[in-house]
Amino acid sequence: MEYVIEMLNIRKVFGNFVANDNITLQLKKGEIHALLGENGAGKSTLMNVLFGLYQPDGGEIRVKGQTVKISNPNVANDLGIGMVHQHFMLVDTFTVTENIILGSEPTKGGKIDIKRAEQEVRELSERYGLAVDPTAKIADISVGMQQRVEILKTLYRGADILIFDEPTAVLTPQEIQELIQIMKALVREGKSIILITHKLKEIMEVCDRVTVIRRGKGIGTLNVADTNPNELAALMVGREVHFKTDKKEANPGKEVLEIKDLVVKDARGVTVVDHLNLTVRAGEIVGIAGVDGNGQSELIEAITGLIKAESGSIKLNGKEILNLSPRKITEAGVGHIPQDRHKHGLVLDFPIGENMVLQTYYKEPYSKNGVLNFKNIYDKARQLIKEFDVRTPDEYTKARALSGGNQQKAIIGREVDRNPELLIAAQPTRGLDVGAIEFIHKRLIEQRDQGKAVLLVSFELDEIMNVSDRIAVIYEGKIVAIVDPKETTEQELGLLMAGSKRKEAGVSS
Amino acid sequence: MNSGRLTNFLIPLLAVLLGMIAGSIVMVVSGYDPIAGYSALLYGAFGDSYYIGETIRQMTPYILSGLAVAFAFRTGLFNIGVEGQLIVGWLAAVWVGVAFELPKFIHLPLAILAAALAGALWALIPGFLKARFKVHEVIVTIMMNYIALHVTNAIIRSVLSDKGYKSEEIHESASLRSEFLQSITDYSTLHYGIVIALIAAVIMWFLLEKTTKGYELRAVGFNQHASHYAGMNVSNNIVLAMVISGAFAGVAGAMEGLGTFANISVKAGFTGVGFDGIAVALLGGNNAFGIILSALLFGALKVGALEMPSSAGVPTELVDIVIALIIFFVASSYLIRLLLTRVKKEGK
Amino acid sequence: MGVFEILQIIIPSAIFFAAPLIFTALGGVFSERSGVVNIGLEGLMVIGAFTGVVFNLTFAEQFGELTPWLALLVAMIVGAVFSLLHAVASISFRADQVVSGVAINFLAIGLSLFLVKKIYGKGQTDQIQVGFDKIDIPVLSDIPIIGPLLFENGYVPSYIAIALAFVVWYVIFKTPFGLRLRSVGEHPMAADTMGINVARMRYIAVMLSGALAGIGGAVYATIISRDFSHATISGHGFMALAAMIFGKWHPLGAMGAALFFGFAQSLSIVGQTIPFLKEVPTVYLLIAPYVLTILALTGFIGRADAPKALGTPYIKGKR
Repeated sequence: MEYVIEMLNIRKVFGNFVANDNITLQLKKGEIHALLGENGAGKSTLMNVLFGLYQPDGGEIRVKGQTVKISNPNVANDLGIGMVHQHFMLVDTFTVTENIILGSEPTKGGKIDIKRAEQEVRELSERYGLAVDPTAKIADISVGMQQRVEILKTLYRGADILIFDEPTAVLTPQEIQELIQIMKALVREGKSIILITHKLKEIMEVCDRVTVIRRGKGIGTLNVADTNPNELAALMVGREVHFKTDKKEANPGKEVLEIKDLVVKDARGVTVVDHLNLTVRAGEIVGIAGVDGNGQSELIEAITGLIKAESGSIKLNGKEILNLSPRKITEAGVGHIPQDRHKHGLVLDFPIGENMVLQTYYKEPYSKNGVLNFKNIYDKARQLIKEFDVRTPDEYTKARALSGGNQQKAIIGREVDRNPELLIAAQPTRGLDVGAIEFIHKRLIEQRDQGKAVLLVSFELDEIMNVSDRIAVIYEGKIVAIVDPKETTEQELGLLMAGSKRKEAGVSS
Repeated sequence: MNSGRLTNFLIPLLAVLLGMIAGSIVMVVSGYDPIAGYSALLYGAFGDSYYIGETIRQMTPYILSGLAVAFAFRTGLFNIGVEGQLIVGWLAAVWVGVAFELPKFIHLPLAILAAALAGALWALIPGFLKARFKVHEVIVTIMMNYIALHVTNAIIRSVLSDKGYKSEEIHESASLRSEFLQSITDYSTLHYGIVIALIAAVIMWFLLEKTTKGYELRAVGFNQHASHYAGMNVSNNIVLAMVISGAFAGVAGAMEGLGTFANISVKAGFTGVGFDGIAVALLGGNNAFGIILSALLFGALKVGALEMPSSAGVPTELVDIVIALIIFFVASSYLIRLLLTRVKKEGK
Repeated sequence: MGVFEILQIIIPSAIFFAAPLIFTALGGVFSERSGVVNIGLEGLMVIGAFTGVVFNLTFAEQFGELTPWLALLVAMIVGAVFSLLHAVASISFRADQVVSGVAINFLAIGLSLFLVKKIYGKGQTDQIQVGFDKIDIPVLSDIPIIGPLLFENGYVPSYIAIALAFVVWYVIFKTPFGLRLRSVGEHPMAADTMGINVARMRYIAVMLSGALAGIGGAVYATIISRDFSHATISGHGFMALAAMIFGKWHPLGAMGAALFFGFAQSLSIVGQTIPFLKEVPTVYLLIAPYVLTILALTGFIGRADAPKALGTPYIKGKR
């Protein structure tokens, strides 16, 4: 069998950190080849080496049998290698066509021949079934269409080897299905594809072979037909993985959070939370399942007072907290682990110690008469660092210097320590490795067992299914169903999340 | 941790050193004797008690304009408007100094307070526009500088004088001048302003590092989103940070109006003290103590430069070149860090 | 005095004052469209003015009528070279672009005055003797009413400035170079993955801004001040910056704003000779450009968005 790409014993070192330790990956012509590994395993590094963004410190790259040196993305382009980036590399203010031709513009007398370019884009998009509007501005088109533009960029440059970097992370289930069809069509047209992912389901569905890497090392390459998700997960993590989290039966008590008829509009005046009703009781974890962009963020921001709601009611232990200031709501007993820990959870340039009192600095014992008491602040920090196993050189280290997992542990420690009645966790494990994920799930369940109400928002169905006691499905700003995780299936949830099936909301509440 | 601190200390020192070396290259290339030039500079800054008095006098507004820039920097803002805030502060101080006749213990504080308020008010506008409309403060403060210059000139012409080019002299009761300080420095223009500047440095340090308000201001400066999530009022803190910065700048103007000049005259261009404050703050690491040191350096450079034409034939502007290069080197600290790590590696 | 006579005083004078601002503002458009803040325009104009005057004084005898044109050329080159400092600091050494711009302004005035004192032994140069001639543009100046107002008795550099705005518009919005320049200012990483050398584009853009600001300064010194001292360029670079922002980072907008600011400047100077303007205190006309820019930024005159990556250094390989 002919290999179009061979990456042999690739080694890449950053300082003292070995990101790629003699990894080998061979791509056959016309196959879809998965590159599987956890976050931080070295997938992106390996692909950036192939795409010419990094230079390898050892090993050999062969393209169609020829040994090559890929010194920059231009060389990769010339070799027919194209990358569909996870974070789209698109200029918002440009049109679809301008984005596609950027860097290799057709010209007529020194001027960009935009008519010809649009025609070429139109032809390409028809040939591969990638529906786009060549004259639309990127800012005005859907995420799915933006991804098609990314694919067209590589095809326009004549790529026949396509690298897809975590392409489904931002897509709805329908868009994922469309993407899978596109990938199959591309392979039929003679393209070869490397799919970077950590989602086992996708591999089983579309890939021919899979190469697994773990902590920078190549673990091996398997035929997808000869393996199963459990084996792949074990290879990826390095030990048996329990898909189920251990937990006792929930013992729900009184209603802590009661949301009635909540309406929230976004900055453009579009209704994003639409007469939503939801209840969370003491001693239970309610998971909100839904595709990104169905009102989850706005729901949380409304509960925590970060944005103003139009109408409705949010009660905490029977007391109305709708549209109070974030500080009043925090003081009323709401803890919040925000979705974006860098942007919303921490002041990265503050020492980790000062981050521990971000909501309580103005209260005794951390300050008195407006003057901070650093001794008490750092005593508390040391206690939390120990209790929540935050790995940091000391409490004076800037939060920026900590790993994602340790930053998240610090945030959870801080929120839990305030002993809130309601703990909101938004995507609490995004981007973390399996060890940290297990730690965080355990802590959430521990809070539940201590009689707290926990509201969990996640786009990972596994997480929702494993941790929640009840699942509320959100679609277009409404809770469309409440299901029991023990009785539902991923298929059913998927359909509910896509809005194609409705259950009577509030069945079990 | 320790090596980080050492680097933070080394960068400004190296920047000054590189700036001075570049200055001597300029002198050699232009046919001057750098040793004579720098000797004249040193003598002109510290040579006798008169020069020392002048250096300290020059350092006074530099400390305050440096504090103004640094306070904004530390709270995530870039206040290029210190120059304009200084001018309106100067105007307000002189106005109060001329218009009232009060006992000294009321009049002097009142004049300084007026300067602080005027500077604060001038900074309030960019602060408010940033907080409310997300307008970048750099452009607004630049524009406010020119508005300050022209408006102040118009007021001097029409209100503080009868179409003249300068105001009357302020009343003695509003003056910072001190016969005692002048007499021990061989009748330099040294005045009590230095005491106020040093107190201001302590206030800035305490406010920023030790109080809950300072904690908020710093948090908002680093990360508005996280501060908002933590329940702080981001808009109010932005406005407050700008206002406090402007107040320091206004007091810098009072030093000129109540101490050095005792009046205000129509200006063809900027004083430069506010812009130099950017250099002072950067070199001082935006830290109150560092600012006192770097203000001393820039005060000495500016005053010492006056001795250079007569003793060594070197134009005073050499010092402006050196200051500009020091800013370049501090700003390009990435370069210096790179050099330092390379030196360290080779040392191992 | 009739309306036509008034216009005949004001409009040519507005164009006269606007020319240096247009050149410099167009330079600012290049730099900022590529993502590099350039508040060093003021200093670059100073260098241009200095170079223009010194060249003119030194070589007037050799080159005669050609002198001012060669002076513009030399000022352009010196401006571009001087702007390299800003490029190196803010692109390669990741310095804060605003701070680096401040340093450019300090250095320009310090260095040029230092050299003036060194060369002439005093703080001010002599007056230049050879300037630009005023011309009537053929055909266009024969158009009734508009002709005499716009195309009669003007300086050639003023007309070049206006024509250049259209050229810059074409370059930025119609050519591959312009598309790449804008992509680098909006999303440098996207440009990088498309094989565009971000640092190179930004170096070119900053040097273009230096070249054009150099011309702007030299035009100012040659046709307006006619000598060079510490006060020759006092805020014109910042006014050009304001014109660029007021013009929403668009070449034609920047030109329009520069013409308007030139108009305000000319009013504050020739206003005394015009009946109904005598009553308006000059201070209002002096501060008008700055107040208008603030209002424009605040969104009262239609909101403008700066290039997205403006002010941020691009570090390869960092997400």
